[in-house]
Amino acid sequence: MPFKRKDLLGLRELDVHEIEHILELAVSLKEINARPIKKVPTLRGKTVIHLFYEPSTRTRTSFDIAAKRLSADTYSITTAASSMVKGETLLDTVKNLEAMKPDVFVLRHTVSGTPHRIARHTTASVINAGDGMHEHPSQALLDMMTMLEHKKKLDGLTVAILGDIAHSRVARSNIWGLRKMGAKVILCGPITLIPPEAHTMGVEVSHKLGEIIPEADVIMVLRLQKERQQQMLLPSLREYSIYYGLTAEKLKKARRNVLIMHPGPLNRGVEISPDVADGPHSVILDQVTNGVAVRMALLYLLGQK
Amino acid sequence: MKKGKADPCNYLFRRARVIDPARDLDAVADVLVVDGILTDIKPNIDLPSDRLAHFAVIDASEKWIVPGLIDMHVHLREPGEEYKETIATGTMAAVAGGYTAVACMPNTKPVNDCAAVTEYILERAREQGHCRVLPVGAVSSGLEGRSLAEFGELKGSGAVAVTDDGRPVANSMLMRRALEYAKNFDLPVISHAEDPALSEGGLMNEGPTSTLLGLHGIPKAAEEVMVARDLALAELTGARLHIAHVSTAGAVRMIGEAKSRGVPVTAETAPHYFTLTDDRLMTFDTLYKVNPPIRGPADVEAIKRGLADGTIDAVATDHAPHSSIEKDTEFEYAANGIIGLESALPLILELVREKTLTPSQAVAKVSCNPARILGLPLGTLLLNQRACMTYLDPEFYFVLDCTTFRSKSRNCPFHGQPTRGRALMTFFNGKVAFSRLSK
Repeated sequence: MPFKRKDLLGLRELDVHEIEHILELAVSLKEINARPIKKVPTLRGKTVIHLFYEPSTRTRTSFDIAAKRLSADTYSITTAASSMVKGETLLDTVKNLEAMKPDVFVLRHTVSGTPHRIARHTTASVINAGDGMHEHPSQALLDMMTMLEHKKKLDGLTVAILGDIAHSRVARSNIWGLRKMGAKVILCGPITLIPPEAHTMGVEVSHKLGEIIPEADVIMVLRLQKERQQQMLLPSLREYSIYYGLTAEKLKKARRNVLIMHPGPLNRGVEISPDVADGPHSVILDQVTNGVAVRMALLYLLGQK
Repeated sequence: MKKGKADPCNYLFRRARVIDPARDLDAVADVLVVDGILTDIKPNIDLPSDRLAHFAVIDASEKWIVPGLIDMHVHLREPGEEYKETIATGTMAAVAGGYTAVACMPNTKPVNDCAAVTEYILERAREQGHCRVLPVGAVSSGLEGRSLAEFGELKGSGAVAVTDDGRPVANSMLMRRALEYAKNFDLPVISHAEDPALSEGGLMNEGPTSTLLGLHGIPKAAEEVMVARDLALAELTGARLHIAHVSTAGAVRMIGEAKSRGVPVTAETAPHYFTLTDDRLMTFDTLYKVNPPIRGPADVEAIKRGLADGTIDAVATDHAPHSSIEKDTEFEYAANGIIGLESALPLILELVREKTLTPSQAVAKVSCNPARILGLPLGTLLLNQRACMTYLDPEFYFVLDCTTFRSKSRNCPFHGQPTRGRALMTFFNGKVAFSRLSK
């Protein structure tokens, strides 16, 4: 089935077939990354601009490698400051860049909804590389690809997402994606870090890690940002790690083949202990590897138009 | 209708439905305006044919004549942000919407916290305004929430109320003192009810939609905590409290309970709070970004009930003009606010069509009730005075088109919406301040 969309803004709007199509394509493109010459001419002559209004090493590098392996020309514009601080509006920046005729914008922004706004104002394709607390679709796709590699199917899986769900775009994209693919999603964390009325997204909510560990086929641990303590969401990182940090001790009650995932970067000793992060159940580095394949698939689908 | 520029303002409206809730009047009658003076309202007005020739005679059947509407909550942006709106354009928008008086909030630059600014606003209104402008002074100097503004001087120079609108009065002691001190001068204190700690960082109503969109939410409790505090302080001080832009069911309930206990409180809401729900933000459209935020369906229903049972006294627009510089930007950076002067009337009349309000109740929300709250002898049809009234067609079908608005700003979320009910002529001070009738 051809992928007809101009943009990839989130997983909420994709249907099952579109998600399957992207994942299948990613699996086939992954092989290129294992070749001695890791490059194909698919996007030769195409221009991809990485526009990152938020610091990111992992995602930006992953998209850049993906684009270059498809032979696209890539340019990176990174700034931690908002467009308003610079004095030029984001829209002006995008209009100027568009005048240089790029084919794809890969956009990361601190404000939810910004890729949607940009997509309405440009004829180039826009890939959301993470917007505020809203969505991070390529991350969820690479998570799903990793689960598929290890579990062979998503339908019927129980995936626990652990930690700061309220502020997590990774969690939101995974919720939409996994629910569409037939998985059961359980959110786990203190009430202060679970978004209001989370159940309306079709998930279960638990505040007791001990209770959900035995049920989960996959435990996806989210990064805990240290500023949450200043925002009065937590008394201390110490207490958080006691109740919600994933340790080898707590994992003793887990299923034998449980997968441990984390979108990175890790706070070792806070949300995940080093022995779990590097342990036998961890597929954290597989996620990173699959990230390149998923992003190649997205660029392939959107960059060819 | 023929009316040259030099002609006196002579009108005879035939068979209008005249609704003046202050006098409990709702009847079909003829309305006579002679030289700008509202001379007579009665079932049949006969004029000798030679006199009649000097009158514009209008068949007003199925149309309404109501007192000039009063909007007790607008932002005119002058002085300071004239690129968004001026007293001239804001009052032009007002008369086009059927309003003849607008109360303008003090968050101008400079802030209206002293006689000089109040007098400046009134002077500009006299020079360039198309309708009455009622300046509202600040509660605190510079809206900084630290010390009281000079209420006596503000009132003396023409202010009709005090508020720090746009910002809550966070300090409970300052709010207590404001209520006490305002009582001295018989000024109502208008509360922008918002607990700033609870709303901090919030961009929209907290609920399923904010969760889905990943936008920080503002809980309803942010409004309700402050309403509860201010009701307690009004009870303590016996001073007149007016709650601005009520948006939640809980606030309606608390205000209703306080009123039944005899607390001297009044309240207003705005059309977007009884017309829109927060799922409209699904496209991240900044036109729906407003403070307090657009809430959920249960709140909309509660607001309507509150209007119907009298808990909410008035409908104001909270007309908040912003240019594209403030609105056409990333959601988080976009300014809060919706313009309302030219879209309010059809939205209010929708409440009549759906039978939430009677015509008389609806008119009262935008005429005698705001006048009573502000303590002004307005909002009623006074005979032998210069005409101040609105001639409207409650069924006039049109598509709201903000590109034709008189306001300088375009931040109207109702743009493109088919709607019914529109002001056809607005008389202010004995003159036709606005007319949609062909010349």
